[in-house]
Amino acid sequence: MAMNANEIEQLIKSGIPDAEITIRDLAGDGDHYAATVIAESFRGKTRVQQHKLVYDALKGQMGGALHALALQTGTPER
Amino acid sequence: MAIDQFIDNEVKSNDVVLFMKGTPQFPMCGFSGQVVQILDYLGVPYKGLNVLDSDDLRNGIKTYSNWPTIPQLYVKGEFVGGCDIIREMFQAGELQSLLKDKGLPVKDSAPA
Repeated sequence: MAMNANEIEQLIKSGIPDAEITIRDLAGDGDHYAATVIAESFRGKTRVQQHKLVYDALKGQMGGALHALALQTGTPER
Repeated sequence: MAIDQFIDNEVKSNDVVLFMKGTPQFPMCGFSGQVVQILDYLGVPYKGLNVLDSDDLRNGIKTYSNWPTIPQLYVKGEFVGGCDIIREMFQAGELQSLLKDKGLPVKDSAPA
């Protein structure tokens, strides 16, 4: 089962409203994505905490419908 | 022994533990393989646990860490991250510092 990039972006956005999201479909098969998520609300959080926020936003799809999502998180440069 | 006790015991009695798909010799997933390569490159001793051996372990580790994916790396009982985080930390030199800070042997960066 695959998800399209739009669905992924919507889910992340709903959990992290201030996120700037870039998603790339790595293999063109709708199953291997790389996402960059930049959010001011990540500031002061560890990478593990930032990734967890994204996984929470994905509501359990990660590791399920979504097998491969390479994730990079960060905060906007000031 | 319950699975969470088993995991807790492994994580606390080994300095570096990698929960992965496959074994360090034969990784069965690209993400697990990347972390194996990084740990091998750093020459740090670690224990690899194959989650494909047991559904209990595969599900148990996700609950234990509240982290949905595998691989998962633990250092001195602490969850450090999955593949993306480990790669980012390695590239930034942070993984090396973390291991050294915890008193673990790390090969100094090999010549490029």
